Amino acid sequence: MSDPTSAMTSSGGAVVTGEAEVSSSSRSTFLWRLASFALAFGLWELVGRIEISLAFPPASAVMRAFFEMTASGEFFASYADSLPPLLVGLFITIVGGVSIGVAVGLARTAEWFFVPVLVIFQTAPVSAIIPLLTYVYGIDDRSKIVAIVILGLPLVALNSYKGIQATSPSLLAMARSFMTSRLDTIRLVILPSASEMIFAGLRLGVSGAFIGIVLAELLITPTGIGDLITYNRSIARYDKMFAAIVSILALAAVTLGLMQSLETRLFRTEKRT
Amino acid sequence: MSVATANPTAAAGAGEAAEPILRVRDVGVVYSGSTVALDGADLDVPEGQLTALLGPSGCGKTTLLKIIAGLLEPSSGSVTVRGREIEGPGPDRALVFQDFALLPWATVLDNVAFGLRARGVARKEREETAQHYINEVGLGGFEARYPHELSGGMRQRAGLARALAVNADVLLMDEPFSAVDEQMRRKLQEDLLDLLKIENKTVVFVTHSIEEAVYLADQVAILSRRPGRVAKIIRPDLDRSGDVDAIRRLPSYVELVDEIWASLKHYVE
Repeated sequence: MSDPTSAMTSSGGAVVTGEAEVSSSSRSTFLWRLASFALAFGLWELVGRIEISLAFPPASAVMRAFFEMTASGEFFASYADSLPPLLVGLFITIVGGVSIGVAVGLARTAEWFFVPVLVIFQTAPVSAIIPLLTYVYGIDDRSKIVAIVILGLPLVALNSYKGIQATSPSLLAMARSFMTSRLDTIRLVILPSASEMIFAGLRLGVSGAFIGIVLAELLITPTGIGDLITYNRSIARYDKMFAAIVSILALAAVTLGLMQSLETRLFRTEKRT
Repeated sequence: MSVATANPTAAAGAGEAAEPILRVRDVGVVYSGSTVALDGADLDVPEGQLTALLGPSGCGKTTLLKIIAGLLEPSSGSVTVRGREIEGPGPDRALVFQDFALLPWATVLDNVAFGLRARGVARKEREETAQHYINEVGLGGFEARYPHELSGGMRQRAGLARALAVNADVLLMDEPFSAVDEQMRRKLQEDLLDLLKIENKTVVFVTHSIEEAVYLADQVAILSRRPGRVAKIIRPDLDRSGDVDAIRRLPSYVELVDEIWASLKHYVE
């Protein structure tokens, strides 16, 4: 394949990873994940059937309730309440978190101020503070949004910040030696390098946001999916309660999966298999 | 323990040195106020030749290379390229890194084209240029691969192609072959000599290997430690006209390696 004028002769294809190997390994990862789900659901079913407690129905009953609630429109009504604040909260968490983290990581002038604040928010028992939000925002959507942002944004910002900081000094020296402009260095070196940490933060932040919306709806405003959980618990329809929890888990999982594919597509093309 | 400090300009007169393209004058580096890494380093790098910076670890040879690259600012002294004092990195110099410094998320083609992209060269043109040098370093057929799919030797070929692609006059190589195994290193050294016969480049090559320095260099600058400066200049003057492999068998090659070892020994003991 090499050019006839080639001065250096190729060292005899020492290719470490073959393409076939990669794709087959990703397929087996998928099968293992499927097996993990099957195992977890199997155990749940088994434990549920032993009837330790009425409050722990088997997986099959929860699934039945899940489809029932989907058909009856209960989910639809609840998510109509929960989704708008969730989406706004997620948007602020993602855009705000990444912006703050990246800006602090790049500029480093505001580091002394932001980092301790973010660490405090990350470690504080925020669920204790959430009910207080009603004093400020009352019981409307704004409380939910603030709860989501408080739980999600610090995780996103801190990880983005750490990702930027962790850029290999050698790659930065390389960029500098080729006289790369600051903007190109950020665009071509720092952001792709930090993307792994940023997306790790986004995964945590999105999980935090989902916890935030449920907490807000449990603790402040009995509406939406949180209310669906509380209501079914109060009338002892535990199958429906768990179905509501499963629905929010599924939504979170789908969101995280979409983000994963976005990351691979945008930044880490070498992981696209 | 005294170190004979040779005047590099006078020493260079012994061989048929070309006009120096790069001059290092009285360069000193002091870290954090007290640690002296370099002290009064002088060096002339003749155009179109390979100059090896050789010395024990901690003698500041990589520091000196970084100063020449413009990545580090010396505490005193100056570096000039074609008579003009350098202010940071410039288009006249290109670096090859010890750890390759390839972007893991970019293909070989994109990595090799990086320097051109940073200079705002249009996509088509930079990819054509990159492809040319990929072929020249023997990586043809691997342009769509990612660094983690390549062996160490192939990664450094990509690093070399990236430095060649920006068409700088001076190539600065920081222990480029130290992260690959011995067999691969020999192959890379031979290929580098072959390549330099086509590409008219001035090379400054940092190494801690006496054999590598003597094998590759037209001029070996031996650096001393404390003070970190150019203690001695040796011009191997080996007959490189024939087969690159034959150089290692020349009696003068073996003698020179011994001679340099004798002069470096006391730093190690």
